[in-house]
Amino acid sequence: MSATVIPYDVKPHPLTGMYNGKFGIWLFLASEIMLFGALFSTYVLLRVGAPDGTWPIIGAETTRGDQILNVGLAALNTAFLITSSVTMVLAWANLKMGDFKKGQTMLLVTVALAGAFLVVKYFEYSSKLHHYAVTFDEHFERDGVESRTFKASTDNGDRTIHYLWGHVEETKKDSEGTILGYVFAPDPEPGHEGAEHKKVEIQKSEIARLTTWGPEGSSFLGCYFVITGLHGLHIVGGIVVMLWFVLTGSKMWKSQPDKYANRIECTGLYWHFVDLVWIFLFPVLYLL
Amino acid sequence: MSDTSHELPFWKKYIFSVDHKVIGIQYTITALLFLAFGFFLMLVMRYQLAYPNQPLPGVFASVLGEPVIGEVVVNEATGEKGKVLTGDGYNAFGAMHGTIMVFLAIVPLAVGGFGNFVLPLQCGAPDMAFPRLNMASYWMYLPGGILMLFGFFVKGGAANSGWTSYPPLSTIATTGQTIWLLGMVVLITSSLLGSVNFIVTVVQLRVKGLSFFRLPFFVWAQLVTAFLLLLAFPPLEAAGILQLMDRVADTSFFDPGGLIISGVERNTAGGGSPLLWQHLFWFLAHPEVYVLILPGLGIIAEVIANNTRKPLWGYKSLVYSAIFLGFMSFIVWAHHMFMTGMGTTLSTFFQATTMIISVPSVIILTCLIISLWGAKIRFTTPMLFALSFLPMFAIGGLTGLPLGLTAADIHLHDTYYVIGHFHYVVAPGTIFAMFAGVYYWFPKASGRRMNEWLGRIHWFFSFIFINAIFMPFFFMGMAGVLRRQFDQTETLHGAAVQGLSVMATWAAIGLAVAQLPFVINFFWSMFAGERVGQNPWNATTLEWSAPSPPPHGNFDTVPVVARGPYEYSVPGEKDDFSMQATA
Repeated sequence: MSATVIPYDVKPHPLTGMYNGKFGIWLFLASEIMLFGALFSTYVLLRVGAPDGTWPIIGAETTRGDQILNVGLAALNTAFLITSSVTMVLAWANLKMGDFKKGQTMLLVTVALAGAFLVVKYFEYSSKLHHYAVTFDEHFERDGVESRTFKASTDNGDRTIHYLWGHVEETKKDSEGTILGYVFAPDPEPGHEGAEHKKVEIQKSEIARLTTWGPEGSSFLGCYFVITGLHGLHIVGGIVVMLWFVLTGSKMWKSQPDKYANRIECTGLYWHFVDLVWIFLFPVLYLL
Repeated sequence: MSDTSHELPFWKKYIFSVDHKVIGIQYTITALLFLAFGFFLMLVMRYQLAYPNQPLPGVFASVLGEPVIGEVVVNEATGEKGKVLTGDGYNAFGAMHGTIMVFLAIVPLAVGGFGNFVLPLQCGAPDMAFPRLNMASYWMYLPGGILMLFGFFVKGGAANSGWTSYPPLSTIATTGQTIWLLGMVVLITSSLLGSVNFIVTVVQLRVKGLSFFRLPFFVWAQLVTAFLLLLAFPPLEAAGILQLMDRVADTSFFDPGGLIISGVERNTAGGGSPLLWQHLFWFLAHPEVYVLILPGLGIIAEVIANNTRKPLWGYKSLVYSAIFLGFMSFIVWAHHMFMTGMGTTLSTFFQATTMIISVPSVIILTCLIISLWGAKIRFTTPMLFALSFLPMFAIGGLTGLPLGLTAADIHLHDTYYVIGHFHYVVAPGTIFAMFAGVYYWFPKASGRRMNEWLGRIHWFFSFIFINAIFMPFFFMGMAGVLRRQFDQTETLHGAAVQGLSVMATWAAIGLAVAQLPFVINFFWSMFAGERVGQNPWNATTLEWSAPSPPPHGNFDTVPVVARGPYEYSVPGEKDDFSMQATA
């Protein structure tokens, strides 16, 4: 590196009370607010404009996300992230007090909690990607399975939606690989969760649209996957940075302990922001 | 401070450099190359517009091989073969001309180039606050730009839905659009890194005595620009991600459902909104207009103060106007959307804010014009560009007012009038400011002055031709010729004003030729220009207190500032300029 010395690299500037890195990370977070702000605005706009009976997914009785998302797992994840924010602060506080070993341990605990968050998220995502919604052009009934109906009001009067939620057990194809139909296991009726699981074969020609509960499932699911996905990428980014400091921190700690503590402080600011985004995501997507 | 620069290996000194001046020059040269490429795309398009469906002249046809634009067809009507630009090729060229000029040429030149080179020097800083982050932002910009150009080589050619990429057209467009979106995400990240760096540098690295109101207007303009980039670009990044999802993951953010393509209904959940894209896009793209113009105004202010030999008139008004402009630019975006059916209430609100935002722009221009009053003007090349900037920017600005009024916009929307308006702001406006900046700071960057006579020839013919390109557009637009049209002679009103289109095309060719003196001057002066000292223009701001070219670390001794930025012709002083730095 060159011999050029940048002022206020470690010491705070008298005007802002911040060293360069801290000021920089605050500005970066301001831009992040605009990024997530745009996505939340997208959510609001699409939700307000969603046709009746399509939010959060086609056939839903209310517009609340908890009908199709797992609130319990999200609550667990909220606990993970809030705890990780505490351990993050402890990592910085210990470094500030000169206890390198304890600081690094706390950093590692933060990484572990972030990892736990991602594991839970994996199970949530995977259950959505293996869950299906099927809509029919008209009423469907076969082998004791009957399509559920939802009366949606539109500008042109009422429209009846015929639909089923459930799992695709098997895809029927002919010898050339063209899809003919599906063996479908519908979810039990609300209030009859303990009932025996049924299966039914549905011809492709009877289906108006078959979709997973993935991002293409509905506008809500699109928002859910994009926002939580982007948030997840921020978690991954945080893990990479923290692991980098866990692995290489001792070298910098020996030569410039103040600068190292500052870096952990900046990482912490970022991490609290990522937590904060989740604190907004949890009620907006899962509860409202 | 500066003793280590010569020990660095070549690749660290010139390629992966952390020195803000080298990075600034890298940005400048890369952006000038993109500028030339964007200009070339426009020349091909203009030829098609002047001579619809006639074979391109040999010089274009030989350059445009089939791999470059996949859909060039051979015209065999006369048995003689000739290459013409196809409609699809025209769309791709149009979209890429806009994208390249805005995101790869002007902004990197104005912010990445001039901002990087001049801003730390004018703050008296040894470098940017985060030198390695600075390097990273250039090394994201260049791959982002190359990725963008890679679009030309994929099936279906480059992005062809306009630089605005409105869905649903862009959602169902060819693969080039996906490349465009990926390129945009990389470029946005690059400019975010840059803007953080700029703001921290200005706020934290000003030397002793350099209070905010002693900053040159150029630094203020860059500071406001950096805030615009920081806060306006993320929503476009969000929108880009959403459109990418619409294209690759079959989501329906911008698709209301029921879209029928070639008789087949697109299988999506629906429920999306095409207007949502336009809101998110223009939320960036309107502040982007000020990102394009503010650094230009900053350069012009420096050049005018230096060549009038007196202080800028209304320095504080300039600063407050720039800040107000930056703030207002966030609440005018939907004046691009009057014709979308978003409703008269919203339109009226945005009409009002649009009228308000013209006030600070006029204040800035007025201050610059009054600065000329009673001055003994030095007609140097940078000053010639600066002086011609003023009326042309005024034309660009004032022709925007009818577009901001909902009633007038009904007639003018999406016509050549719009093209004339924003090109007057950006081409004779910002690009002239950029040329002024190149001539003005070239001695600082290279230690040599550019040739004055070649510079004057360059200015004179550029000034004539650039007006001859864009002035006809206003008349064509008012005659009703629509933008993005492949062949205007297919409509009666278009055919009636076809002569203006031919004139614009020949003026564009003339403008291309008029750049030759600049290219020659640039390279010749780099090696054989007249050697100059620290302060060839007798200027006052801090960059002229550093050696030319400044070494790594910039100043021999850290300067201390005792004065405002434009203390020219102070009564009682020995010289007609009093430098900011005390010796």
